[in-house]
Amino acid sequence: MSVITEKADLSLKYAAHYNEVKESLREGSPQIMNDLRGTALQDFIRQGIPTRKVENYKYTNLQPSFTPEYEFIHQRITTEVDLNAIFRCDVPQLDTHLAFVSNGWFYENNRQLSELPEGVLLGSLEKMATEQPGLLAKFATLASTADDPMVALNALYAKDGYFLYVPRNARVEKPIQLINLLQSENDTFVTQRNFIHIEEGAHVKLILCDHTMNLNKYLSNSVTEIFVGQNASLEYYALQNHHNNSASINSVFIHQERDSTANTLYSTLHGGLIRNNLKFILDGENAEANLYGMAFIDRQQHVDNFTQVIHAKPHCQSNQIYKNVLDDESTGAFSGRIHVVRDAQKTNAFQRNNNLLLTDKALMQTKPQLIIDADDVKCSHGATIGQIDEDALFYLRARGIEEKMARLMMMNAFTHEVIQQVKVEPLRDRIDELVDKRLRGEMARCHDCAYNCES
Amino acid sequence: MTDQDKILSEVTQGEYKYGFFSDIETDIIDRGLSEDVIRIISEKKNEPDFMLEFRLNAYRKWLKMKMPNWAYLKVPPIDFQDISYYAAPRKKPQYESLDEVDPELLETFNKLGIPLEEQKHLAGVAVDAVLDSVSVKTTFREVLAEQGIIFCSFSDALQNHPDLVRKYLGQSVPVADNFFAALNSAVFSDGSFCYIPKGVRCPMELSTYFRINSANTGQFERTLIIADDDSYVSYLEGCTAPMRDENQLHAAVVEIIALDRAEVKYSTVQNWYPGDKNGKGGIYNFVTKRGVCRGVSSKISWTQVETGSAITWKYPSCILLGDNSVGEFNSVAVTNNHQQADTGSKMIHIGKNTKSTIISKGISAGKSNNSYRGLVKVMPGATNSRNFSQCDSLLLNDTCGAHTFPYIEVGNKSSIVEHEATTSKIGEDQIFYCNQRGIDTEKAIGMIVNGYAKEVLNKLPMEFAVEAQKLLQISLEGSVG
Repeated sequence: MSVITEKADLSLKYAAHYNEVKESLREGSPQIMNDLRGTALQDFIRQGIPTRKVENYKYTNLQPSFTPEYEFIHQRITTEVDLNAIFRCDVPQLDTHLAFVSNGWFYENNRQLSELPEGVLLGSLEKMATEQPGLLAKFATLASTADDPMVALNALYAKDGYFLYVPRNARVEKPIQLINLLQSENDTFVTQRNFIHIEEGAHVKLILCDHTMNLNKYLSNSVTEIFVGQNASLEYYALQNHHNNSASINSVFIHQERDSTANTLYSTLHGGLIRNNLKFILDGENAEANLYGMAFIDRQQHVDNFTQVIHAKPHCQSNQIYKNVLDDESTGAFSGRIHVVRDAQKTNAFQRNNNLLLTDKALMQTKPQLIIDADDVKCSHGATIGQIDEDALFYLRARGIEEKMARLMMMNAFTHEVIQQVKVEPLRDRIDELVDKRLRGEMARCHDCAYNCES
Repeated sequence: MTDQDKILSEVTQGEYKYGFFSDIETDIIDRGLSEDVIRIISEKKNEPDFMLEFRLNAYRKWLKMKMPNWAYLKVPPIDFQDISYYAAPRKKPQYESLDEVDPELLETFNKLGIPLEEQKHLAGVAVDAVLDSVSVKTTFREVLAEQGIIFCSFSDALQNHPDLVRKYLGQSVPVADNFFAALNSAVFSDGSFCYIPKGVRCPMELSTYFRINSANTGQFERTLIIADDDSYVSYLEGCTAPMRDENQLHAAVVEIIALDRAEVKYSTVQNWYPGDKNGKGGIYNFVTKRGVCRGVSSKISWTQVETGSAITWKYPSCILLGDNSVGEFNSVAVTNNHQQADTGSKMIHIGKNTKSTIISKGISAGKSNNSYRGLVKVMPGATNSRNFSQCDSLLLNDTCGAHTFPYIEVGNKSSIVEHEATTSKIGEDQIFYCNQRGIDTEKAIGMIVNGYAKEVLNKLPMEFAVEAQKLLQISLEGSVG
């Protein structure tokens, strides 16, 4: 019994803190965010911080990540971003519109944003919601606080994050790169709320890089809602590179209209505990969604990719490929659900999850699911957990490649299936390089990183 | 009273659903469940003390449990106090001749090609004394006894072999394993007991079907099969004919224990009343089946053809404890009209070099929902283990659903686990091809479905396989168009 009380206490701690800081949270926050807090509090208390008994969090134990005493940041602190960080996270030959988000707050002194095509708005969610609430009519319509306690917790504490609006038929040629920095003197709890609206016929590429600037403990809980209009396209690349003491829970909701395309790719090379919730709603005919993910983890890290693809209209396509390589005592999880609703005929939905276990202490748990309520569909899923093909290894060795090298080549090839889906070439090369370094056991972070993230 | 309660009460009052009133002389105790009821059951059956303890222990644990709601099923609330937990199968024939039996039922029998005398038995018609199965049964008994095989009802086993029962009961399905297993452990009426001694290869398929006069073991059936070292047995449960059954709720438990190098093959054909076309009535079937491959190189294989019951909740599982042990699960589940099935298998790899295979074929028609739910778990110590799972679903129209919920957990680097699942419908070109050769659409679908399920049907013992094929066709009747 005592364990249960303890867990309830933990949830109550976060709820109680809200009551303490309610005023400062509400102050200066846009109306639409304050309106959510009441129900969010109820939904969070009702659900609590999920234990492993909650089906959706069966394979990820969030409790330990919530245990440390975190500092909360409820007011904007205008810290100066160390511009060297830009160079640290620089990808050679990658020309982007660069912006920073620091501890969940959109960094105000971002430069270079003026070059964005006319009408494209990139900025602080707090500011945009106050100045142009009209653009946020769909805010919080996807991320329901009733279904996921982490979304509720986010709505409870959210103050800021990035906002992106791409007007009709606009093409943003250069990718928009957002660097999420976690930098604080103390262990910190970070809440980030993002909103993206891509109008009809618009095209945009987004690169998200996560970086922790020191070795303090961080718990980051972000929610992103993305609306992709008719015939619009989105490419979303997330490079997860937090240090091993941090925990991040990312919930991304994507709503697609007719003829739209959305691709997401998660590349996870470091990060302590990572939970990626990804929910797609294909709500128009001929929409296409591609979900890719690649994780390469070691030590006691944990990566959980939790995807849901809802085929709400006929003639849509979805495709998922997730690959994990698990070393040391790391644990990985994949839960993928394809839901074809009644009358969503002519649906093609595929899903694949392949995993390599490198040690006997690594653990992989996978839960691919199909819920099909229409008959004229082609749906399949496949999951494998295994090792490097010994025959292929033998083949390489027979050609004079030493075993270690041959194994590296095989692992590289294994993850490359995902990496090759990156359509921004310099970025692809960069990830390839990072993976290669990672495989060799070298530092997997950026070239010139001054921080020692080996711990 | 809601419809559901009505059905339940009709059913528990022993009224025959085809509209006849049957005068069944049963030994019914009052409805409801309490420790006293359990004591009465145990006393009536003259059970040894350990059995009463077992039942009471299960009951106390059951009281603290909740009905599971994680399955993809809509289960109407069940009032467990509105069931009579002891109804001894002391029945008189309901009819004097086959002419009185529901013609629709007879037609189904004919389609299945069931011999006349068996039809009579299944429909509850008085069977000619000469052809009574008792004589048949005795011959079987003699052959089996020569080999030292014990095959009898659970009650007999408790009287004659209490030590064996005591040693193995609850070993693979612990009393508090789940809600329905606990309920079964507390109140089970009767069932089968089977013990194959060391080194014996059972010369015939053992079947509840042959044990006809004790086949009506009621709604809480318990089966215990023990295969000692180096033995082999093939066991058949159920029969292809639509079983007339008065009970709406069924919560059976099957336990199998395979010792060193033993092999048990367990085949089920389940065709209980699925309810009418509007989803009214039908059996709720909540079964716990589990086999433990306790010995090295032992093997347990489950083969099932599920076509009946309004609700099926059933996960035949294998715990692969012994090194080099093998688990198999082959299933065809058909749902039509408003049937719901949530079925699959669990394979727990604990021993080294263990292997398991799961082949599941789901066929949904009408407004039914058919789910596969399974777990493959490889423990860190189960090195070099191997699993292959394949779950295919076939959808016959746009109002039914097919769902797949596999769970895969692997904890070591030398094991390989593969899972694949597909969902699709019957290709129009295939049907066109058949039509073009003069085969009407209904028959064509029957053919295609049979071909689709062949992989599993082939695993059934000969006599079952033929009937199972016809059964598939009958179950899907009216689902076209």
